[in-house]
Amino acid sequence: MNNQNNITFVQGNEACVEGAIYAGLNFFAGYPITPSTEIAEHLASRLPQKGGKFIQMEDEIASMAAIIGASLTGNKVMTATSGPGFSLKQEALGYACMAEIPCVIANVQRGGPSTGNPTHVSQGDVNQARWGTHGDHAIIALTASNHQDVFHMTVQAFNLAETYRTPVILLLDEVIGHMREKLVIPEPGELPVVERLRTSVKKGVDYHPYLPREDGRLPMSDFGGEHRYNVTGLFHDMWGFPSNDPKVVSELLRHLVDKIETNVNEIAMYKEYWLDDADYVLISYGSSARSAIHMARNRRARGVKIGVLELQTLWPFPAEMVREKCAGAKAVIVVEMNMGQVVTQVKNAVDNPHTVFLANRVDGELISPSDIKTLLRMIQGKGV
Amino acid sequence: MMERSRLVFSGSGGQGVITAAIILAEAAVIYENKNAIQSQSYGAAARGGSTRSDVIIDDTEIFFPKVVQPNILISLTQESYHKFAAIIRPGGLLLVDSKYVKVETKVDARHIALPMYDTVMKKIGKPIVFNICVLGALIGVSNLVKPESILRVLETTIPEDFMDMNKKALDLGFEMGEKERR
Repeated sequence: MNNQNNITFVQGNEACVEGAIYAGLNFFAGYPITPSTEIAEHLASRLPQKGGKFIQMEDEIASMAAIIGASLTGNKVMTATSGPGFSLKQEALGYACMAEIPCVIANVQRGGPSTGNPTHVSQGDVNQARWGTHGDHAIIALTASNHQDVFHMTVQAFNLAETYRTPVILLLDEVIGHMREKLVIPEPGELPVVERLRTSVKKGVDYHPYLPREDGRLPMSDFGGEHRYNVTGLFHDMWGFPSNDPKVVSELLRHLVDKIETNVNEIAMYKEYWLDDADYVLISYGSSARSAIHMARNRRARGVKIGVLELQTLWPFPAEMVREKCAGAKAVIVVEMNMGQVVTQVKNAVDNPHTVFLANRVDGELISPSDIKTLLRMIQGKGV
Repeated sequence: MMERSRLVFSGSGGQGVITAAIILAEAAVIYENKNAIQSQSYGAAARGGSTRSDVIIDDTEIFFPKVVQPNILISLTQESYHKFAAIIRPGGLLLVDSKYVKVETKVDARHIALPMYDTVMKKIGKPIVFNICVLGALIGVSNLVKPESILRVLETTIPEDFMDMNKKALDLGFEMGEKERR
């Protein structure tokens, strides 16, 4: 990485690394997999420079377990992977949801299912990020379409993980991960960084790890430190001990879902381009949003009233915001590289689901502006 | 305002075409305050076969990062020339190494064949700096970035002992390219 006055020219995976370091990452465990490998590769040199720990584990399952343990002991943690590895992490990810352990999981998406199309782009893991682990739960998943935003969203991922005591999934893709472009690294203090909320309960005084404060937040105590407490994947009481008392079970499950779903508008991050008078709204995210914006900019220059809503928070899905932004549109086109994952959410959100269309590409190539233009012309009744 | 430059670097794995593309784009961004994006096609094969790297340089923001129709195509093997010559933008520029590529003037583009490899071998004797000579020739013809910007990138990425050799290769290429500038 070269740099002058904080201006760097890097891969998206490196932007993720720099964002994580900025956010205070000090423990990374992972297992290399294309197209996420550069995250591990760069952290292997960057983390020790600042006194952090990097460990390459025997597999993705162990990597996920390692970051959960390290987070409990007071570290800001991350792992990085792609589809097959993300599948392996799901069980432990559910444990982190249940035990409310802050952690960040970067999934640089490639084509699937299975080992699929390792060196090519896809956005097929959107629903896996939401429902990959079993049981009712809520989750946060963020994405980004350029390196400045990859940096920013990585910092946000750590902030949200700490704020809501939850795993946060950073859903990048092969195009963003591998391409190189400019990244300006913000000065310390330029972006807010949320630190770990630690309990004020003194040593020797009873600490209840799962007793929320009045504001609903759960202060943590570094595991192995001043307080003894239990951590489990079973439903548990305020001490962290297993319970199947119906009241305890119901309250905990509602808490796990509500702490995220009721804050959907706080968590929702997005960008908009030319939406004010748009007859046609393109909704996209990640690398495909670049094609949507490119196409909309060209059509605008030719007088077409078209705009783009770029989603940066995919989960919890910001349905209310999407409905508002699409209210005046003649047609909504969801641009994504899968068989239709976000489009389903958009159809559920808007007043007129029959005006929502999918522009997709699933051959491993980045969807192009002309792919989207073809669909727009068909919707306009102009033919191709 | 500059015209958007869309480049495709193509050749064989190991010739350093991807490195050359990265150095060019990095020089444009860090030392000339432009926007640039570099991407490359990844495949299972690492050596041999044809490799391709795309670079876009512009003053305005670049969204779609891939090159569909390059206005500059660099081909360092016959195979890559055959594969990519057809996608060149009409009226574009084609830069090839005269040892490796026999040009057939089928496409509407300005063809420049320079003995870059032979010159490097004759004057320096080390094929490792072939790609830097190509880069020199490219900026000599096209004026995309200043040679000093390339040198500044090299200074931060390669060991000091190799700088003289790289500078010489850049100069040799630049001289050849500059003669072709219009």
